[in-house]
Amino acid sequence: MRKKLIPYLLVSPYLIHFIVFVAFPVGFSIYLTFNNWNIISPMEYTGLSNYKRLFQDAIFWKSLLNTLIFLVIHIPLQIIFALLLAELLNQKIKFRGFFRAAFFLPVIVSGVVVTILWQQLYGFDTGLLNRLLVKIGLAKIGWLTDPNWSMPSIAVMATWKNVGLYIVLFLVGLQTVPPQYYEAAELEGATHLQKFFRITLPMINPTIFMVVILSTIGGFSLFIEPYVMTGGGPLNSTVSAVLYIYKQGFFYYHMGYASTLGFFFALLILAVVMIQKKFIEKDK
Amino acid sequence: MKKLLFYIFLVLGAVIFLYPFIWMISASLAPENEISGLTFLPSGITFSSYIQMFDKIPIGKAFINSMIVASTITIGVLVFGSMVGYALSRLEFKGRNLIFYIIIFTMTLPFQITLIPQYILIVKFGWIDSYTGLIVPYLMNTLAIIMFRQYFKSIPQDLIDAARIDGCGELRIIFGILWPNSLPALATVGIITFMASWNEVLWPLIVIRDENLMTMPQLVTLFAVGGRAESQLGVKLAAATMLALPIVAAYIFFQKYFIQSMASSGMKE
Repeated sequence: MRKKLIPYLLVSPYLIHFIVFVAFPVGFSIYLTFNNWNIISPMEYTGLSNYKRLFQDAIFWKSLLNTLIFLVIHIPLQIIFALLLAELLNQKIKFRGFFRAAFFLPVIVSGVVVTILWQQLYGFDTGLLNRLLVKIGLAKIGWLTDPNWSMPSIAVMATWKNVGLYIVLFLVGLQTVPPQYYEAAELEGATHLQKFFRITLPMINPTIFMVVILSTIGGFSLFIEPYVMTGGGPLNSTVSAVLYIYKQGFFYYHMGYASTLGFFFALLILAVVMIQKKFIEKDK
Repeated sequence: MKKLLFYIFLVLGAVIFLYPFIWMISASLAPENEISGLTFLPSGITFSSYIQMFDKIPIGKAFINSMIVASTITIGVLVFGSMVGYALSRLEFKGRNLIFYIIIFTMTLPFQITLIPQYILIVKFGWIDSYTGLIVPYLMNTLAIIMFRQYFKSIPQDLIDAARIDGCGELRIIFGILWPNSLPALATVGIITFMASWNEVLWPLIVIRDENLMTMPQLVTLFAVGGRAESQLGVKLAAATMLALPIVAAYIFFQKYFIQSMASSGMKE
């Protein structure tokens, strides 16, 4: 009898945690979407009004558009630079360990530090980037103050922060390609580019897929970057999904509406990831 | 010739990734009036930014808070993760597969959906402004469970059988027999968990209001955003340097483990 109980005792911490911090919150979150509540006063049933509000909420749509802009810039940049640097690291070079460690450094440092740093680099008058532009005779750019530039600026910063991880993942991928493939291709007289597109790219397809999925989830999880750098501005051009949930929930205490946002974004993430999976599997 | 081009690109890359950090440290040590024009090294070193920062915010207390929170979470994730991982990989019981599927499903669940209700739970439990509120929701980690489950599968059954014959209980088997044989898995899970909790900032921002209980990333964030740095850039950068320092120091010593751990967790997701 005791013996039979042991496995359940061992998994019980997980089950308790799952029920309290996952299952109940998911259920409660859906329930909250039909109510208005500020935690202090009693809950008020409002039917579908939170959903109606969501679809008419310009900032919600803006946050989706911002996320889209972020992803359209972030994902290609990430893949191109990670692949390029991984290819370079995969050659017979000295100090490989040092270069790899240097590229990886931003990955382990807190996003808060990275954001504070880039806020200075992006500064309008004294920021290093604008000083550089002025030096070569170009006009200053409002990296964080011009609504057209603000989200792309954040996307570039996020690439700088994350690309080290993908360099390492691509490097692992590149090293799984059997060298015989390249040797055979060389015998047939294939060029560098041909080898890259015909051999390397198909072999590291799974890694590319992973970059796309992780970056998508990352785009929808963007928070500290706009929170510190821009507060969501200028003109809501950097309001992200999580920043908007945070504002509705912890600034205005609209728990019902914040839950609706969270629920909707979660569904959207799952849907987008599923579509990407389908799309990429078909590609193979 | 081609080699030279490779090195030029690599060095350029290294400069792009390292320079901002070098600038940060050197700006935090520069006199305030030099920072705006600073490109590389200041004319002289001063600690005044650091002294002012220590005056304005309880950064020492925040360091201790971060240490307590990140260490407790890491120990919890290692202990609970290996218990569940062991049961799922080495014991037969009804519902085992169901639990495994629940874990896989939970891993794909975006946190956006649980954020608000988890906060409400913490309010109702009375855990706002407490270590408990910061720690308990993170004590269990599905990725850790999966990693331990995978690793324990590779350990020979003889080892476990021998321990059973010696009369070891299951807990003794996990912590006395499996742990010493699973150092890579322990290191991987430990490093990822510690780093993630050290850098976590959204949850502390939600759960903690009392400045004396704030973790380092939260305190530095609020300091940078809240205007208490009074637009003194040096003080802001000194705070950022303090926040980066512990993890960077650990990274310099255990660089290989950091990279391997992060890479293997990326693969699993």
